[in-house]
Amino acid sequence: MNSVLYDAPGPRTRTMTIVGSLVAIPAIVVAIYFWIYRPLDDAGQFDGKLWGPILNPDNKYFPLVWDRWQAGWLNTLKAAVLSIVASLILGSLLALVRRELRELRRRRFGDRPEPLAGGLRGGVLGARGASRAWVEIARGTPVVTTIYFVFLVLPLWGIDFDDRLWFLVIGLTIYNSVVIGEILRSGMDGLPQGQHEAALAAGLSPWQSSWLVLFPQAFRVMLPAIISQVVVILKDTSLGGIIISYEEALGVTKQMVEAFRGENLAIGIPMYFSIGVMYVLVNYGLSKLAVYIQKRMSERGYKPVAKPGIAVMAEAQGTGGV
Amino acid sequence: MEVFSEKLGVFWNGYLGTLQMSLLAAIGALILGGLVAVLRISPLPPLRGVGTAYVTLFRNIPLTVVMFFTAFALPLLGSDASFLKVPVLQSLIKPLGRDLPYFRFATIALTVYTAAFICEALRSGISAVPTGQAEAARSLGLTFGQNLRHIVLPQAWKYAVVPLGSVVIAMIKNSALAASFGVIVTLMGVVDDLVSQQYYDTVPVFLGVVVGYLTMTIPLGLALDAVERSQKKAVQR
Repeated sequence: MNSVLYDAPGPRTRTMTIVGSLVAIPAIVVAIYFWIYRPLDDAGQFDGKLWGPILNPDNKYFPLVWDRWQAGWLNTLKAAVLSIVASLILGSLLALVRRELRELRRRRFGDRPEPLAGGLRGGVLGARGASRAWVEIARGTPVVTTIYFVFLVLPLWGIDFDDRLWFLVIGLTIYNSVVIGEILRSGMDGLPQGQHEAALAAGLSPWQSSWLVLFPQAFRVMLPAIISQVVVILKDTSLGGIIISYEEALGVTKQMVEAFRGENLAIGIPMYFSIGVMYVLVNYGLSKLAVYIQKRMSERGYKPVAKPGIAVMAEAQGTGGV
Repeated sequence: MEVFSEKLGVFWNGYLGTLQMSLLAAIGALILGGLVAVLRISPLPPLRGVGTAYVTLFRNIPLTVVMFFTAFALPLLGSDASFLKVPVLQSLIKPLGRDLPYFRFATIALTVYTAAFICEALRSGISAVPTGQAEAARSLGLTFGQNLRHIVLPQAWKYAVVPLGSVVIAMIKNSALAASFGVIVTLMGVVDDLVSQQYYDTVPVFLGVVVGYLTMTIPLGLALDAVERSQKKAVQR
């Protein structure tokens, strides 16, 4: 119960809560019956013929369906793990480089001869602008567009893969590395100023300070946000099945639904329902993990930092995901 | 590059379609998300359960699956979502009134999906209000309704506006998925139309589409950054 809105309930409120619940539960059941169960039943969606291939081990399609799903989930996992690892590496790099460029902005390069110093100052300025533009473009474009772009355009530029997995991984990495980079960067910025100052005072260079002192702390503080982003990546792998026909969990489901239609079995609702349940289970487990980690970290004395706007947005993305 | 001079109208139609779908889904999701948020903070446990179930379901399922459901299940249940053919609305937003139901299906999927995130943004706003505020209001004798209206909600709104904006930006980008479900009149649908059907060069078409999306997402993002900064400053003062 929300502590902002309600006082601790007294005896009268408790009675009213119980009475209200007793009224609400039947109302919910009736609503589910009339708005969900009845229409589906009227359309014959609870027919054993439709659910047999999914639930009945004796059905002749049963092993086939689950074989395909197993293969699909393996492909989903492959794409997700590769994208996550690549996004983490590139995102960390991006965060560190953007921080370093901001540090360099103040340097005049006075120890170098003049034309070179001017060139360096210009180079820093240009690199800052370029990295900022890259971030804005990569995160402002829908992942759908990025993946399709990678799929259609990279082969034109001579970069081609036999396995569509790589197009999906590259597309997801372009978007998510930027998001993770921004999460880590705002994590570093949110740390107490004294950390950085102490590191400089101890003789570390700005780069060493970022990499050795700030980054490890920021990573831990931002771990829950990063895990939410992992959920997003997992959801987004489903785009591969739709946009570029990569055979991941949802892609194989779509193929199977089409194949069953050839057999005159309109199995769409049971199939998509089942795959939806699987996604919810996997992602719910992951987000529970994020909550657990957050709890353990606050026990260890890490103060949770407010999630940056981009993390909230990225969660909402989840097209496949945020 | 000749695609821009020859087919500017196609780009413009797609741009308009994306804007219209986003606007509709944003309004719908705000209403639905508000209702779900009310359920989630209600004093009755069963209603809270319904709200929590809704949010858990839609936060963890890919939008793609939701779109499959609206595209498959609704026709099977004998609905082409024609309840969205509201008289004034459909003359303002042409795709709503089409015979082909795909625009309506995609809009419903986007609305239902985004509502879960809107609910969470609203709820995070309410729980960000310091408990002392509501306690003080109660001890002054304000009723539950007065408390909400004069004390909690005005402040919750302030805390919620940045997350809400982020959700809307994400929703605009998510609308691109509709193109894969038969909605041609969106910005992403332009790619299929011009590249796959009419064999224009891929890169310029994508350039137009990306610029189109960026003109929607970047200004919104910058505005949110500005709001966030000014709020931070107000807190420090």
